[in-house]
Amino acid sequence: MKSVVPVLTVVLAVLGIWLLAVVPMNMHLVADQAQRSGVAVQPDTARERQEVSGLALALRNPGIIAQTYTAKRPRLPSPHQVAGEMYETIFEKRITSKRSLVYHGWVTLAPTLLGFVIGTGLGIMLAVGIVYSRVMDRSVMPWAIVSQTIPIVALAPMVIVVLGSMGVQGLLPKALIAAYLSFFPVVVGMVKGLRSPSAMQLDLMRTYNASSSQGFWALRLPASTPYLFTSLKIGISASLVGTIVAELPSPVKAGFGGRMLVGDQYGQPLVSWAALFAAALTAAALVGVFSAIERATLRRMGMAPV
Amino acid sequence: MMVALACVVWVAGWWVNVRLANGPAGDARWVKMLVPAIFGLTVLMMWELLVRGFGISPILLPPPSAIGVRLAGEVPTLWADFRQTVLKGALTGYLAGMVAAFAVAVLADRSEFLTRGILPVGSFMAALPIVGTAPILVKWLGSGWESKAAVVAVMVFFPILVNTVAGLKDTSAMQRDLMRTYAAGYWATLFKLRLPAALPFMFNGLKIATTLALIGAIVAEFFGSPTVGMGFRISTSFGQLALDMLWAEIVVAALAGSGFYGLVVWLEKRVTFWHPSQR
Repeated sequence: MKSVVPVLTVVLAVLGIWLLAVVPMNMHLVADQAQRSGVAVQPDTARERQEVSGLALALRNPGIIAQTYTAKRPRLPSPHQVAGEMYETIFEKRITSKRSLVYHGWVTLAPTLLGFVIGTGLGIMLAVGIVYSRVMDRSVMPWAIVSQTIPIVALAPMVIVVLGSMGVQGLLPKALIAAYLSFFPVVVGMVKGLRSPSAMQLDLMRTYNASSSQGFWALRLPASTPYLFTSLKIGISASLVGTIVAELPSPVKAGFGGRMLVGDQYGQPLVSWAALFAAALTAAALVGVFSAIERATLRRMGMAPV
Repeated sequence: MMVALACVVWVAGWWVNVRLANGPAGDARWVKMLVPAIFGLTVLMMWELLVRGFGISPILLPPPSAIGVRLAGEVPTLWADFRQTVLKGALTGYLAGMVAAFAVAVLADRSEFLTRGILPVGSFMAALPIVGTAPILVKWLGSGWESKAAVVAVMVFFPILVNTVAGLKDTSAMQRDLMRTYAAGYWATLFKLRLPAALPFMFNGLKIATTLALIGAIVAEFFGSPTVGMGFRISTSFGQLALDMLWAEIVVAALAGSGFYGLVVWLEKRVTFWHPSQR
């Protein structure tokens, strides 16, 4: 709790910089509009204005600075505009409406969660296989590590369309990408976790004459819990990023990714920004949920970090 | 026929690997290299045989041989795309984000208050889908490589920042006291003790950032690019249903990603040779 004040300070500083940046970013736009509605603007042609920076333009026309915060199609919307748009599309629209962010949030969240469950399940199974089978360890593990360095997310949109043309549509293609992205972090983390018991602990199990499966359930699996949660947190945010990127250039303009693109293409920056922030909040909430479960679980297991 | 052959290849590859890994030379260095190589080769051969055996249309999944032919035939185009996306977009952005993150970390580190504020905010930001800013930044900065570098810089900034700030705190009271007995000032302590001590953490962030950099550069190209670049090529070859070209780009992206990562790991080995994890 000691860090609440510093965190708030940093957040406020970021907001302050954002507020200051709104003026020069939108100044040209606002100046053009003001001139059209008959206000005298220094320098008085649009071409001359292009040659001065936004900041200089603001200093020479202090009268219209206030309008940069309420511009209709701003290059950089101000925080209150984004917050207003988010409030409107989250709380004031029916959740079945295509303009509701809750609707689009669910479109993104459903495949993310489905894929995450699939990827995590398979990942844990492969990790167990790797720990108990030398051959799998030697053949698959290097590839699992290399696969982390490959920018697969970038190909998500193509995967969606290829699967779509094969007749796989709806939830599943996006879920597959989310599954793939959460798969390898879980494999790598769980292998580390299942191997984390020391030789001394393993020997102790042997002196108890514990069978291999008892050793797994009573020692290896509990010991891997902290590693599992770390991987789950990485996996869930990777899954969400994957789903969003998969939605970005998709023909069906739904989900957070779809909204970002719609706003970009139809000149409605507020839509993009609201979707961006909603996606950020969703990611934060998901990671937050897992952190809470992690803390509760580790405390009950007596492994809580001091 | 082909399908049966694929099964034979799979069984044979697995059997060789079982013999090698469980055999007397199981821990030798060459076996550790050979086993994953055989596994990869087996998967490639299965892919080739199954695609041919089931008669899968090359529009859905081209066989590896077709991809290989395309890769060899399009070297100049692929090289131009690589230069545009990786060298100009990803690398410039990576360096810019890195320098900015180091600078902010060193500044934040001067005050305990700022450190406590920046660490949680930074790790929070690092988990967010920052790729989503790509359309906005492309709109602001135009479709040249500058906008890609900007997306990359924003994406790599937070992981590097968080790790560097955490690393700068990683000196013991005894080490700091020693510096004080030498009458070392802030800058001497920073350059001779704290930055070197932070290096393992910094490299951690740099390694995470390599993949992010390539993802950012490629994804940003989907929103507008000159007629060169890996993201551009991926989306246009997709439009033309030239999937072998698309896969060739994927191979290049994979090689670039692993190469970039490998380069950072190599640098880490050279620079932090003193750290226990490297010995």
